[in-house]
Parts: sequence; C-alpha cells; structure tokens
Amino acid sequence: MSLFRKRKKIVVPVITKEYGENKWIRCKSCGNLIYYKELKENLKVCPKCGYHFRLTAQERLEQIIDKDTFEEWDAALSSDDPLKFKALESYKERLERAEKNSKIKSAIITGKGKLNGYDTAIGILDFGFIGGSLGSVMGEKIRRLAERASKEKLPLIIVSASGGARMQEGIISLMQMAKTAAAINSYKKGGGLYISVLVNPTYGGTTASFAMLGDINIAEKGAKIGFAGPRVIEQIMKKKLPKDFQSAEFLLKHGFLDAVLERKLLKPTLSQILSYYRGKKW
Amino acid sequence: MVKLLSFEKSLKPLYEELKEKRKNAQSTDYIEEKIAETLKKIYSNLTPYDIVQIARHPDRPHTTDYINALFTDFLELHGDRKFGDDPAIIAGIGYFNGKVTGVIGHRKGRNLKENLRYNFGMAEPEGYRKALRVAHLISERFKAPIITLLDTPGASPTIGAEERGQAEAIAYNLQELFNIPTPIVAIVIGEGGSGGALGIGIADKLLMLKYSIYSVISPEGCASILWRDASKAKEAANALKLTANDLYKLHIVDKIIEEPAGGAHRHREEVIQAVGKEAQKALNTLSRLSKKKLLEKRKEKFINIGVYNE
Repeated sequence: MSLFRKRKKIVVPVITKEYGENKWIRCKSCGNLIYYKELKENLKVCPKCGYHFRLTAQERLEQIIDKDTFEEWDAALSSDDPLKFKALESYKERLERAEKNSKIKSAIITGKGKLNGYDTAIGILDFGFIGGSLGSVMGEKIRRLAERASKEKLPLIIVSASGGARMQEGIISLMQMAKTAAAINSYKKGGGLYISVLVNPTYGGTTASFAMLGDINIAEKGAKIGFAGPRVIEQIMKKKLPKDFQSAEFLLKHGFLDAVLERKLLKPTLSQILSYYRGKKW
Repeated sequence: MVKLLSFEKSLKPLYEELKEKRKNAQSTDYIEEKIAETLKKIYSNLTPYDIVQIARHPDRPHTTDYINALFTDFLELHGDRKFGDDPAIIAGIGYFNGKVTGVIGHRKGRNLKENLRYNFGMAEPEGYRKALRVAHLISERFKAPIITLLDTPGASPTIGAEERGQAEAIAYNLQELFNIPTPIVAIVIGEGGSGGALGIGIADKLLMLKYSIYSVISPEGCASILWRDASKAKEAANALKLTANDLYKLHIVDKIIEEPAGGAHRHREEVIQAVGKEAQKALNTLSRLSKKKLLEKRKEKFINIGVYNE
C-alpha cells in the first residue's frame, strides 16, 4: 500500500426532486451512472458498488413500514427559539430554511405502523432537517413516543441519523439527552423492547443518549457512528485516524452493535426480531 | 500573585503596589480596599465570556479541594471493573457533615504536569463507568446520598475513547442514574462541558456556582461551527446562554450559589464552605422523600425540559 495514496474523497450525493423519476444520476462513490428509477427500486443503494444513499425520514418510513399502515403522532410539534439564538444565521432563519428545503416541520417523524404485519411504534430521524439534530421537539416527540408505546404495549424502533445536539437551543438541547434517556429508561422498565437502528451518520449527543441505548443496536452498512467528530479527534491527537474508524464495522468489532446490515436486510431483520417479541403478554 | 484574566488587567498596577508595600512592611489596608473596590466594579459587569474565563481559572477550587475541605475519612474508590481506572474522575465515600455520603466529580489538575495526568478533567469511558459503579455501590450498599461535582471541558475525544464506547458509556449513565435510589445533588463548580458533564450530572437538584458555566458545546466549538471562525467565541458565549443566571432563568438550575466579587479563586475557603452549605440544604430537603417519590421527581425534572410549539 502506498504511503502517499490519495485519500478517496467521498461526497455524499443529494437527490432532490429535480432529478425526477427518469433521470440518470452519478454515484459519487463509484462514479457510475444509475437510472434513478433503478436506484429507487434498489432502496437507494447503488446497484454497482453498494453505496447506501442517504434517505429522508419519509423514504425510510416507506421502506420499513407496510404501505398504508402508518399513523403519525404529534405531527404538529414545531421548534421554538428559547434562546433567541443568533449566529451568522439566526435560529429562526435556520429553521425557516430547513422547513423550506426539507418540507418537514421537525427532524423526526414518530408514530405507529405495521412492519411485515407486526405492530410497532417507530421514530425516524431526518438528517436533512438541520442535520437531524436533537432539540426540544425531537426530545418531546421521543418522550411521547416511548410513553405511548409503553401504554399500547408496542415495541419501539428508532432510526437515528444525526449530527448531535442542536446547538441553537443551548443547554436545553443538552438536556434532551437526559430527557430521552429517562424516557427510554421508563419504557424499558415497563417491559418494552427498544430497537435502535443507527444509520449514516450518528454522532454526538444523539449517540450518547437514546441511539446507544437499544436493547438491540443495529447499524446500517456504511454508517459512521461516534461521539466526537473525526476532525476534532484528529486535531486533538495530531495523528491520522485508522481507516475504518467510527465505521459500523468498527463499532461491531468493539462490541457496541448487535449487527451491521445492508439496507435490504433491515426490514426482514427487524421483522424477525419482532416475531420473537411477546409484547401483548407483558 | 493570582493570575489576572484579560478583563482584570486594570488591577495589575494595584497588585504590584500591594506587593511592593508588603515587601516594605507598609500598611496595605488602603490598597487592599482599592483592589476590592475595583474587583467589585469589574465583577458587577461581566460578559458571558468573562465568566467562561473565570470558570476555567487554574486556581479555581476543583473537585479535590471540595473533597479535602468538606469530607472527613474520605476513601477514594478506583476502577470500572471492566477495563481500567480513569484518573479524570474521582469517586469515593466519606463523611460529609458527619453523615456517610458519596462523592463523584471530574478531576482537574493545578499545573500542566497534573493536568496531563488527569487529561484536563476530560474523562474516558472508564471514568463514566466507574462513576456509575460507585453510584450504585454508595446508594445500594451504603444507602447514602451522592454529591456530584461537575468541572470538565468535555468528555475525552480520542481514538481510544471511541473504541471503548464513549457515547455508550455516557448514554448508559444518563439512563441508569435515573434508577439510583438515594438522593443525588449535582453542582457545577467550573466548566459544565456538554455530555462530558451531563454524564455524571443526572440529579435531583442541580446547583451552580455563580461564575461557572454549563453548555451544550464550548463557545470555541460553537464559534467554529456556526461562525466558521473559532475567534468568535465571545459572540458564541453570548448566544449559548451558558451562565448560571441564564440557566436559572431557563429553569434548568435549581439554585445559584453566590461567589464574591473576584471569583472563587480569590475566595477559595468562603466559596467551598458555601457549596458545602447549599449541598447540605439540598440533601436535607431530598432526604424527606420516599425512594419512589424521589425517583419519580428526578425523572419529572428532566423529562419536562423543552421549549416547543404545538
């Protein structure tokens, strides 16, 4: 292996509506052109190289939950600006931009639905909404999700993709880590089964709270998962990071995941786990 | 001489005069009064970033200073029973005002050598796991309450920390500390650095020294992300609302423990005693609660935090 091998630049491709159904798009990992329809049919995994494209929460929901079975909860919750936060861009402006670009109101969808016929409560984070960051709305939606799942004796799945706590809510966002951990704790004590699915990327306060607390932790192939960001660690340690650092396989090797799965195996595996579960007989 | 912070520079000639007078065995009453007056003026008008600097002052009392002053027969307990012992977290048990009490806190050093040993108070996963192990031990075996002292720039961001599950260690503490059956009082005594502080910060009462900070991210980190310029830390410190006053107004902190003008590093004994007094008061209120009520209220305290529209 050459010492001076050029580091492969991985640019995360973004698929927007303007591609349409009939467009070709280039896989930024292998460079091949893919017919968009084919990519979509392949769960947005590159058919040539297996690169997992990022999904919106809605796309993820459609892949995991059976058609027409999803009932959304607490959709009306939206962010406030408790600190009147101002940086180069104010929090208010940032929220408006996020809503406009993503067409959603918060960084998480919650509700219940069927997964291969099994009833489940589910929350899905959307990285496209301010990096899927954990703020008051996500905290409250997860709390209500866990409480309602407990009451209805449903298993709980949360799919995480998040850069961490939402800085613009300051200390209140930090406390959402404690809040979600408390909610998960109570849910588990009530006998519930919590499955955490970590997809690319899951970092910071999200990993250090509900995302790492699954009774079963599963990562999607290609996910980067960690506490501190790689650049911070590189700066502090003044040394190059190992090649597979913070990859799903790295976490599996170190004992923090039950499995690393390709996207197409995610639903079948979740369904298999739910089949073992005897929720109604708590 | 005490290390002067950037906003205290006007004190320099006064301190020099004081030193001179002491050398010549002259009366220092006037000059000391003058220093106190100037400090009062400066400290009545601090910016959030000034407070960040006070919170980080190397002479500020640290966890070990509080333990030495407030505990008798303190026994330090080591190790997480899984991998190692992290010196950046100190945990143990002793007598606090004559009662068996546990204490867990971040350990910062006083000089570079100590700081290298204690990693500047940045804990590894083993530190958080030790903290939880000792919390279980103190509450379940000794039926004693716990005081936690928060003072860290953040959890250690290293390759090793990631390999050994920094995120999992913190997450697990956040979950499990809700099940510790005796009272917990957390006190921010210096830097409340994000998840690294919260990892031992789940408590029934959260107190905060007047010139300490508690934040989701360091002002420098926030500035480099949201301003794309780490030198905008002052602006970030304003925006983050990280002072004790801010946190009190946001209903995160139950009580602010006052510090005299000049800060804890100039009034060490006084501030340490004030912390002891407030910790005792908080423990007194909590000791009246049944175990069930205690755990319920601890959960309520955190689960109701959040500001959103519906």
